[in-house]
Amino acid sequence: MAFLDFKNVRIAGISAGVPKHRVCNLDIKDISADYDAATFVETTGVLERRVNEQLTTSDLCVPAAESLLADLGWDKSEVEGLIFVSQTTDYYLPATACIVQNRLGLSKECYAEDIVLGCSGWVYGLSSLVALMAHGGIKKALLMVGDAKRRVRLNDPLFGFAGTVTALEYQENAPGFRFHFGTDGSGFDAIIIPDGGSRNQVTTDSFKEEVIDGRVYNRLETRMKGMDVFSFGIMTAPESIKKLSGYFGFDYQDADYLVLHQANLKMNDMIVRRLKINPEKVPSCMCHFGNTSSASIPLTIVTQLKGKVETKLTKFICCGFGVGLSWGSVAFESDHMVISDLVEVESDGADKKYVV
Amino acid sequence: MKTLNEFVALCAELFYDTDASEITATTAFHDLDEWSSLVGLSLIGMVAEEFNVGLKGNDIKDSVTIEDLYNRVISKL
Repeated sequence: MAFLDFKNVRIAGISAGVPKHRVCNLDIKDISADYDAATFVETTGVLERRVNEQLTTSDLCVPAAESLLADLGWDKSEVEGLIFVSQTTDYYLPATACIVQNRLGLSKECYAEDIVLGCSGWVYGLSSLVALMAHGGIKKALLMVGDAKRRVRLNDPLFGFAGTVTALEYQENAPGFRFHFGTDGSGFDAIIIPDGGSRNQVTTDSFKEEVIDGRVYNRLETRMKGMDVFSFGIMTAPESIKKLSGYFGFDYQDADYLVLHQANLKMNDMIVRRLKINPEKVPSCMCHFGNTSSASIPLTIVTQLKGKVETKLTKFICCGFGVGLSWGSVAFESDHMVISDLVEVESDGADKKYVV
Repeated sequence: MKTLNEFVALCAELFYDTDASEITATTAFHDLDEWSSLVGLSLIGMVAEEFNVGLKGNDIKDSVTIEDLYNRVISKL
C-alpha cells in the first residue's frame, strides 16, 4: 500500500504558462473516420486547445516561474530545488531541469532532476519534492510540470500544451500532504509512443501511418487504447480517492475542491458520478485547454480557482491518472496560496540560448 | 443482478439514432451504423455504473453480440 504522509511543507503558489495560439477542434475537417468534429467535442469536452509548435515545455514553465517568483517576492537565490516532470523534455539528455536551473538564473547550489511521467506526474512530482523538503534541508523549491512540443508535430485533437510551476516552501508545523499512489505496468501499451526510445529506435518505418480507431498515427505519435484507458480511469481514480480518505480517516466529501486530471469530459463526469460528489466542487478546464497531461491539475487550479481560494483555508483533493499506467491522489489544505495570472506565451518565447 | 433483457435495454439507451427494436440479445453491435469507439466508451461507462465492472477494449472487440457482452460482464462479477 503506497500511502505517504509528509508535514512541514506548504504550497506557496502556483502558476501556469500556455501558448497564446488557440486551435478550435470544430475547425478540424476529417477528425476521424468514425465520428465528426462536433461529436468529438461533445464526448471529450475539448472545444479548443493551446498549441504552438515552437514552444517546448520549458519555454512555458520558465515565464510561468518568473511570474510566480515575482508574485511571491522570492529571490531566485533562495530556490534550492527544482524538479521538472515531463514526457516532452527539451533533449534526451541533459535533463531539462539542469538547463532550467541556469536559464532561470537559480543558484548552482540547487538540487535538480527530471521525472518522466504523464497524467499522474503532478502528484508524483509533488510527493518527491515534498519528501525532499520535509526535514528542512531545502527551504524553497519549484516543481515544474507539463507537456508541450513533441518529438513530432502534435496531431491529436485531445491534447493541449501547458507548463506549470508549483512553489513549495518549508514551514515548521505546516499540515502537509497525504498521498496514495499506484502503478500497473501491465497497461504499458494503453498509452504509448512505440518508436524513438531504445526499445524501438527511429527508422523510416517509424513514419509509416496506421489507422487506429478511425484516426491516422505514425509510430512517433502517442497512440491510445481509448476504451482500456477509459475503463482504467473510471475504475481507478475513484478507488484511489476512496483509499486515500479511508486510510487517513477523513471524508472526501468534506473537500472544498476535487481537482481531477483533465482526461476527457466523459471520463471525468463518470468519475464524479461514481464518487457521488457535488459537481460544483470539481472545476474543469479541458474545454479551453484540452488534456494537458501532467499540467492539467495545476492548470485547472490557476484558470478556474484564482480569486476563490487565496484568502482562505481550502481543502483540496487532487487525483492524476493515466499513462503508465500510473495514478496518484493527494489531500492537502492550502493557506494563503498565491495564484499567478495565466501566462500566455508567443512564438518568440522559444529558447534561443540553450540550443545546439 | 440484472438480467440479459435488462442489459439489452441498457445497451439500447446508448444509441440515439438506432431504433431500440434493432437492439436485441443477438444483435451484432459492431455492424450497427451508429457503432463507434465513442459509443464503446458509453458502454464501458454503463457497465461500470450498473455492474461495477471494468470492461477492457478487448472484451468489446472480442464480443459479437450483446449477449456475448453480457456474458463477459457476468464472468467478471
